[in-house]
This record gives sequence, C-alpha cells and structure tokens, in this order.
Amino acid sequence: MTQTLIALAALLVSASAALGLRSRARAASRLGAAGSPAALAICVVALIRVLSSGHAVALRVSWAEPFGELTLGIDALSSFFLLIILSLSVVTALYGVGYLERSSQSSVSWFFFNLLVASMIVVVIARHVLVFLLAWETMALTSFFLVAHHHGQRSVRRASWIYLIASHLGSFFLLPMFFLLAPAGGSLAFSDLGHALAPWAASSCFVLAVIGFGCKAGLMPLHVWLPEAHPAAPSHVSALMSGVMIKMGVYGLLRVAMLLGEPPLWWGWLLLALGAISALLGVLFALAQHDLKRLLAYHSVENVGIIVLGIGVGFTGLSSGAPHVAVLGFTGALLHVLNHAVFKGLLFLGAGSVLRATHTAEIDELGGLMRRMPVTGSTFLVGCLSICGLPPFNGFVSEFLIYWAMIAGVLSLTAATAVPLGATVAVLASVGGLALACFAKAFGIVFLGLPRRTTPQSVVENGPSMTAPMVLLAAACLALGLSGPLLAPAVATVVADLHAPIDAASIHATTRVLSRVTLIAAAFMALVAAMALVRHRLLCRRESRAAPTWDCGYVAPSATMQYTASSFAQPIVDLYGSLLRTRKRLDAPEIHFPEAAHLETETPDLSREGIYEPLFEAIGVALRRMLVLQHGQLHIYVLAVVLTLIALLLWQVGWNS
Amino acid sequence: MMDGVVDRLMVLLILSDVALLGMSRLGAVIGLAALQGALLGGLALSASGETSRAVLLAAVGLSVRGLLFPWLLRRTARRAGVQRDLEPFVGYALSLLIGIVMLGASMALGARLPLGRAGVSNLVVPAALFTMFTGVFLIVARRKALTQCVGYLVLENGIYGFGAASVGEIPLLVELGALLDLFVAVLVMGVAVYRITAEFDHMDTQRLDALRG
Amino acid sequence: MTTALLDFLTALALAPLLPGVIARVKALFAGRQGPPLLQAYFDLCKLLRKSGVYSTATTWIFRAGPIVACASVVAALALTPAAGRTALISFPADFVLLAYLLACGRFFTVLAALDTGSSFEGMGASREVHYAALGEPALLLGLLALARQTGTMSLPSLLGRASPLAPEAALVGAALFIVLLCENARIPFDDPNTHLELTMIHEAMVLDHGGVDLALIHYGSWLKLWLWSALLAGVLMPVALKTIVTPVPLVGVTGVLAVALGIGVVESCIARLRLLRVPHLLATALALAAVAFILGVR
Repeated sequence: MTQTLIALAALLVSASAALGLRSRARAASRLGAAGSPAALAICVVALIRVLSSGHAVALRVSWAEPFGELTLGIDALSSFFLLIILSLSVVTALYGVGYLERSSQSSVSWFFFNLLVASMIVVVIARHVLVFLLAWETMALTSFFLVAHHHGQRSVRRASWIYLIASHLGSFFLLPMFFLLAPAGGSLAFSDLGHALAPWAASSCFVLAVIGFGCKAGLMPLHVWLPEAHPAAPSHVSALMSGVMIKMGVYGLLRVAMLLGEPPLWWGWLLLALGAISALLGVLFALAQHDLKRLLAYHSVENVGIIVLGIGVGFTGLSSGAPHVAVLGFTGALLHVLNHAVFKGLLFLGAGSVLRATHTAEIDELGGLMRRMPVTGSTFLVGCLSICGLPPFNGFVSEFLIYWAMIAGVLSLTAATAVPLGATVAVLASVGGLALACFAKAFGIVFLGLPRRTTPQSVVENGPSMTAPMVLLAAACLALGLSGPLLAPAVATVVADLHAPIDAASIHATTRVLSRVTLIAAAFMALVAAMALVRHRLLCRRESRAAPTWDCGYVAPSATMQYTASSFAQPIVDLYGSLLRTRKRLDAPEIHFPEAAHLETETPDLSREGIYEPLFEAIGVALRRMLVLQHGQLHIYVLAVVLTLIALLLWQVGWNS
Repeated sequence: MMDGVVDRLMVLLILSDVALLGMSRLGAVIGLAALQGALLGGLALSASGETSRAVLLAAVGLSVRGLLFPWLLRRTARRAGVQRDLEPFVGYALSLLIGIVMLGASMALGARLPLGRAGVSNLVVPAALFTMFTGVFLIVARRKALTQCVGYLVLENGIYGFGAASVGEIPLLVELGALLDLFVAVLVMGVAVYRITAEFDHMDTQRLDALRG
Repeated sequence: MTTALLDFLTALALAPLLPGVIARVKALFAGRQGPPLLQAYFDLCKLLRKSGVYSTATTWIFRAGPIVACASVVAALALTPAAGRTALISFPADFVLLAYLLACGRFFTVLAALDTGSSFEGMGASREVHYAALGEPALLLGLLALARQTGTMSLPSLLGRASPLAPEAALVGAALFIVLLCENARIPFDDPNTHLELTMIHEAMVLDHGGVDLALIHYGSWLKLWLWSALLAGVLMPVALKTIVTPVPLVGVTGVLAVALGIGVVESCIARLRLLRVPHLLATALALAAVAFILGVR
C-alpha cells in the first residue's frame, strides 16, 4: 500500500516537474517520462505479492469530509489492473519522448500524462465513493486535455468535445448508481455499499453501471467518442487510452458487480447481448474505415465486446450453477484485458510511427512501408496477428479461454441457456474471421505492395525511442502467447475475488489444456523455422531472379492499379450494407475511353447518426423554447427567485405539518 | 420406432422451411410447398394410426396439397412468365439468419406451450410453429404475388401440423372445409395473378400502392 | 498414440494423392483418360528442383507466406483425428485451435498476395478473407452441435461418437461439406483449373509464386484438403467403422478417399457459382449448422 502511495507521489512530482520546466523542453520531457518507470519500479514487487497471495491490503485515514474516512485498498483485482496500467504507461511514456520531440507543448502534455496515470491508479485503489468519483472525473479531464493536444485543428477540438460530453454522460449514470448502493445515511466506503439491497435496486444498479461504465469502455451504442477521440489524440496517448483507460470501465463494472452479490440470470444475458453487438458491429465498422487510427479505435470497441462476452459467460455460469464455466469465462475476460492492452498499445504506437513518418493515416495513400520502416512493419504485423487471435500470439490464449467457457456452457447447461451461448460462439467466430479480413487490409495495404501516392523519399524509420517500445510490446505479445499455462493460475486470485468458486483442481485442468495449446504453438513455430531453414538450404545455391510483379500479361502495371483498402473491403462492406450504410459518391466515366473518375466512400457511425444526433437535436429544440425565460429583464429574474423561494418555503412548511 | 419416423419427418419439414427461406426460384419454392404437403400426410398417417379414414384423409390431403396446388401454381407461373423472385424485400442470406432465429424461438415456445399429445414426438409443435412463422415471413418479405401465395400455403401447412399435434384426429368436415377454402384461395389468386400480369405486364405487389385513392 | 502417429504420417505422405483421385473421377465423368494418379508428386518434384523469380516489390513476407501456410496445416493436422479415430494431441475445445491455426496460414497467404502489389492477387486475397469470414462460424457451430450431441469437447471423441444416422450429424456433414468446398477452392466456389485470373480465388493469390515456394503452397493446400476430408469422414462414417482396430491406417485413408470421390462427383455434376452468390451458399451452410445445433440442443 505504502509503495503505491509513494508511486503516486512520484507521478505527481514528475508531473509538476514537467510543468515547471516549461522553458526547457528536453528536460521537461525527460522528467515527465520518468514518472511512470519510477512508479512501476517502486510498487511492482508489492503488487505481484498481492496478486499471487490474494491478500488484500487497505488503508484508512480519517478525513474531515462529510461522509466518513478516506479509504484506499489493494486487492487482487486492483493489483491486476495496476500492473497493466503501470506497465503500459512506462512503454507509452518512453515512446512519447520521441513522439513529442518536435512539439512545442510537450511539457503540458507530460503534466497531464502523469496526472492521467495517477488518476487511473487512484480509480483502482479507491474504496470510497467520493474518492472514486473524484479520480474518475480527473481521469476524464486529464485525458480530455491530452486528446486536445493538437488543438489548433478544428477536427481535434470537435473530437475532444465529443469525448468530454460522452465522459460526462457516462458519469451522469454513475451518480444515481452509487446513490442506490449507499445505505441510507451511512458511510460511503465500498465495504458498506450494497448490503441487503432489494433485487430491483440491485438490478437498477447493474443497469446503471453497465451504461455508465460501458460509456467509458466503449460498448456499442455508447462508444461514440472512441472513433473520434483516438484519431485526434497523439498516438502514445491513444495507446494508453485504448490499452488501459477504457479498461477502467471494465474494472468499474467488475468492482460494482462484486458489491452486488449473486447475479440473476438476465445480467449475464444483457452482457452477452451487448458484448456480441459491440464485437460484431465494432469489427464491421472497422472494416469500412480508411483512417488507420479510426480503424484501430473501432477494434477497441470489438475487443471490449469480446471482454464483455467473457464476463457475460462468467455471470451466466455463476447464476445457472456451472462454476467451471464462470471460472473459464472470467479468466478469459481478464486475460483479454491484459492482452488487449499489450497488442492494442503496440498497434497504436505503430500507427503513430507511420503517421509521424508519412504525415498521413489515410490507408489508401500508403503502401510499401515495410521496406522503408522494417521495425515498425514487423512489430505492427505481430500486433495484427495478436489482435486477430492467431496462435502463437497472446490474443489467442484469451479468446480460446472465452470460447472454451462458451462451449463448456453449451455442453452443461439447459437448452434455454445453451442456444444463446451457441449463438455467441458463432458471433465470436464471425468476429474472428472479420478481424482477420480487417487486419489483412490494414497491414497489407499500408505496409506491403508499392506506395500508392508518390510519397517523399524522406520516409524513414523513426528513432530508437519510438521503435524500442514497439519491439518490447511485440516481444510481450509472443511471450504472453506462449505462457498461457502460467497466466491462468496467475489471475486465479482475481477470479476468486469475483465470487467464482475456483479451486486447485480447476486451475490444474485449465493449466493442462493451456500447456497443450502452448505445445502446439511452439511446435508450429519450430516447424516454420525448420521449413525456412530447408527452403534456405534448397535455394542458397540456386540463382534467383528479380523481376516486376507478373500482372497477367499486362505490359505497364503501375502502383495506382493496386488493390486499395476500399476495394479490398468492398465485398464484405456490401454484404453488410444494410447495417453499415456506407455512403458512396461515384463519378464514373460515361464514355468508353478512360477518363478521370472519382469514388468516395464514407461510413459514418450508426449510433452517432441514428441515436445521438437526433436526440441532441431534439433536446436542443426543446431547450430553445426555454429561451422565453431569458429575456434580460433583471427585475423579473429577481421576482422569479423570490417566487421560487416562497414556493419552497410553503412546501417545506406543508411537509412538516 | 414410430417416434423416430415422426422425428425424421419433422426434421425434413424444418429443413424444407429453411430451404423455402433461402430459395429464389419459383419452381423450387412451389415444389418445396408440395413436399411439405407430402410430409404432413405422412405425419397424419403415423400420428393417427392406419385406419381407413386416416388413410383416406391423408390421400386427399396429399393429392390436394402435393399435386393439385403445385400444378395450379406452376401453371400460373408459366402463364405469367415468372421464374424467380428477384430483389425481395429481405435478402436471401438475411432471410436464412432470421429463419434461424425463428427456429430458435419456435423451439423455445414449443417447449413452453402445454400442447402436443403424449406419445407424439416433441418436435411436432416446434416444427409446426416454425412452418407457420416461415409462411408469414414469406408473405411479408417477398415481392411477387405468387411467392406470397406459396407463403399462404406454407402457413396453412403449419396450422395443419399444429392441429395434428394437438388434437390428433381432425374432424373430417373441418379438414375438408379447410382444403376447400385453400383451393378457392389458390384458384382466385392464380386467376388474379394471371389477370394482373396480362393487364400490367408485371406482378410486383409493391406497385399496388399506386391504386390507393 | 501409435495409430495417431501412423495416421499423421500417412496424411503427410498421401495428401498429394487427393488431387489425382479427384481429377480421375472428373475425367471418368467427362469420358477422358485423365492425368496419372501420381501427377501431383511429379509436380512437386519438378517444382522443388527449380529456383525462384521474385518480384521487386516483395519483402520477406512474400517468402514467409508459403512456409507459414504449410506449417500451419501440418500443425493443425496434429489435432485432426483421421475419420474420427484418434489425434496426436487432443484437449477440450481443440477445434478452436484447429480453426485458428488454419486462419493463421490463410492470413500469411493473403499477406504474401498483397505483398506483390498485383491487383489480381489483391482481388483473390479480398475474396479469400471474405468467404473465410463466413465459413468459419459454420465450421465452429457445426462442431459445437456435435459436441453438444455427444457431450464431449475434443475432436476425436466428438467425431468418434457422432453417428451419421442421427439427423444432426447428417446436417453438420452437409454444412461441413459446403465449407470444405469453399476452403479448398473447389467447384462451385472456385475452379482450380480455370484460366481466367479475374474469376479465381486461391490460384489468383499465388500467381507470383514459383519454384520451392509454389511447391510448399501446393503441398499445404493438398494437406488442407486431406485435413478437411478427414474431418468430414469423421462426421459421416458409421460408428462401427470408426472403431475397427487395424494395424495399418486403413480406415482413415478409406474415409478420406471416399470424401475425395464425393468431391470429384460434385465437381463433375455442378457448375461454378457466380461470385455474388457465394455468400448465399455459405449462409446456407451456416443455417444448416445452426439447425443441427438447435435440434441437437433440444
């Protein structure tokens, strides 16, 4: 506990140092980036100890605020999230040093970066409603300032406003939730919340939590801010936000669910439905995008959907008396939180590297970057493989556990539960196939082939401050992918915290299966290496020729004739056209001889256009009617105040009598 | 063993529904509706035992549902010159997905409804429900009047199966009355379709809204 | 274990026989004599002796593609029980790993195609990922239906106990057969013998490969055909046949060859689908698997 507080202090010191050294940018960015590594170094041992033993530690300080004392605590769930927060913030901070090199406002950015990390830490260790909400709001505000880093651009300002409003709408649902949870007139410490809650109150709390936290996590109808904020933010900030900050929503959901006790069956259904919708629509909208970072943002929606599917299976298992299903589902969901932090962090850093070298994130303008930026390309490929859940990388381990949980549920539960679970298996399989299509497009078009527009010769690989973090994360993807048998027991204490009855036997069974998965994955890698060696042996004495790509006899192929991202995704986008509502503008040549032609597609967000814009429009119209009250006549305002006071007085008198 | 046979018949009925949802060729759609008639004849036989009355009813049902209606419909299709229901309101792949959801729903409903006599396969009620849903879906989601007519037939098939599951022996008069009703409906529809085509050169029901006042 | 190892090695050795068998069946239907049964072996030998021509646009991805594609199928084969007998390794939900290993190979094949910058290969790659995204849920849902019906979670046991006389297993068999035709680039999805690049899927992706690389690609795709045939044989073979104990891997080979015959007959009897209709057929496979699943859960 003490170590974590010292780490927090280190972050705050680093933040203020960065702000204080505004005039000396280099020193400011060095000091600003040093905060996270220091914090990780200070508390990593203590956190691992909590995670492995499962013994929670707590701190209570009496505090002169109205609702009792300040309570903090670290249990297995907290330390699991803390480790992820700190590790990813270290990597992104390191990357940020290089990324913000030329920025004039890097010291402000580092100030908010460290505050963001600190506020996320406090969110996770808070055990008191007030502390939690304060940290939650600080997290939203600091990340708002980070998103608005390039505030000179109109689109960035717009995106950061959307983000701020969405965050506050989410928080708006958290307040009544805590209000329902708190005992009447009692303390607001988490340990006193949710006792003897009526079933309707517990269920309302749960729904409010799903909306409030789902907004932060980016669940499907509530995700509107993600595809706006991620492309606007600097890439290391997108990496941190997408890798860690949206997981705070998942954390909050789990924390509140722990307080609510035994879940009824329909909670699981709700989560399964939301998860399935987020996963499927997230990946479909990702397919239709042409902006690399926006595409990645939609994949965050998809992956949060997968995580929520895992949690949903866990709840379903808990409430229908199949504890082994619950254990598998929760384990898979938690590991996917970890894995997604690693590979999505890696992908956003890679996208940032591309953006910085080429000054565009428009996929259709890029191409052939693998030759110019080999490190970015290779590590981005690892990220793609991981996010598609392909063995031997880390995405597979967690997705496999979620699949296994679903299949085990289908086998052991009654028909009414098994059929929807089977449907989620089909959804997850479609999502896997579509994600593969999407990343084949993202990687294939950006890094392979030839440059589609004449890019300047100056495109070169970024410096080691930016490549080293990517290499580190890529190595982590592979290492985590091969260490499934170690990971599942490592999160066992967290799963136990979630009321899932986990015992040594079930840990052992999971470990045994995962070790076989690892065996196959390792054999697969060995096989690839062996075949590469044999191929090399066969070819090393023969002379191979280089020639232009064979284009089926066409004599003058040019780079503009390559398949583009839009053409690659077109069949799938068309198939799901009724969902995606892609807008096309086509100026086709009307005579037989080729002329200048033009095709433009845009896939706006369904829920933004279909739900939020009409909603806010309607609210705006309604509020405009209130303008009659704002007429500028001061004496009438005073009259209104007096009348209100008199009315309140009368009401109070009438109430008491 | 009897139950096994009924089970298989019902699986075939469900499959024919799925095929109906995914097919665009009118000839095949009509053929599938006829096949359903045959399957239901089999169901009636195996459900009520092979009394001479049951055999007679099955034979009448089979010849009307399996031979007469398809013949009428085919003739109309040939005269009207339609072969496929292209561009339906709901696409064929999506229809299949909706069909799966309907099947799941009818299974859930069938398990809850206190219908179905003891001794009859527990698949009959869900299959009949699914057939009814399919019929309604075809009427709603297809464009051509003829496909909608087939949807009506399929709906009736479902109702018949439902009856066979819940009461077993349907009174002769009711059964014959229903068949006669259907016969008139199909005949009128056929004539109407033929006339419409002759008059307007198409039989797209969507354009009927031009007739409103 | 030894039978599983024997089955595995047999698959590695005999996989190039399958294209020969299919070609012979098709020749029989067309009244031709057809190529020799061992033609694929001759092709492999010839290709392995050649050197390569590499496009100047390509990177190491192009060279890695065939290797990963082939290795992934070999790894997946270790999980595949030949005609529902035993596999080298099995564990609960192993069919998920099998599907994702195949996906990994597909991903690299697609990337290698995009690496050349050729628009034809881009076209093939786009179609490949599109159809795979529809086939994968059908495969997993079909196997899940069998899992629920047999109450087991690993491939050897769920295929070993699946009886083709049950309607569920027959439906799953039909669904898997459709996905098999799609995954292995057979008619009606893709014509392995077509000469028009615009209409190809798998062949379009490997236009630029030659020599050893092409040998790896061909061998990998034949192994994949063997793998799928073995899965399908596991669903459709009567239980009594699956459990026969023989010292040689006769049962598995018989099952696989029977499926190959079936493929040959289907290819001879039906025509290529228009590409726009392919998703519809795959949706039918998914629907069949879903019906099987719902019936099996009842």
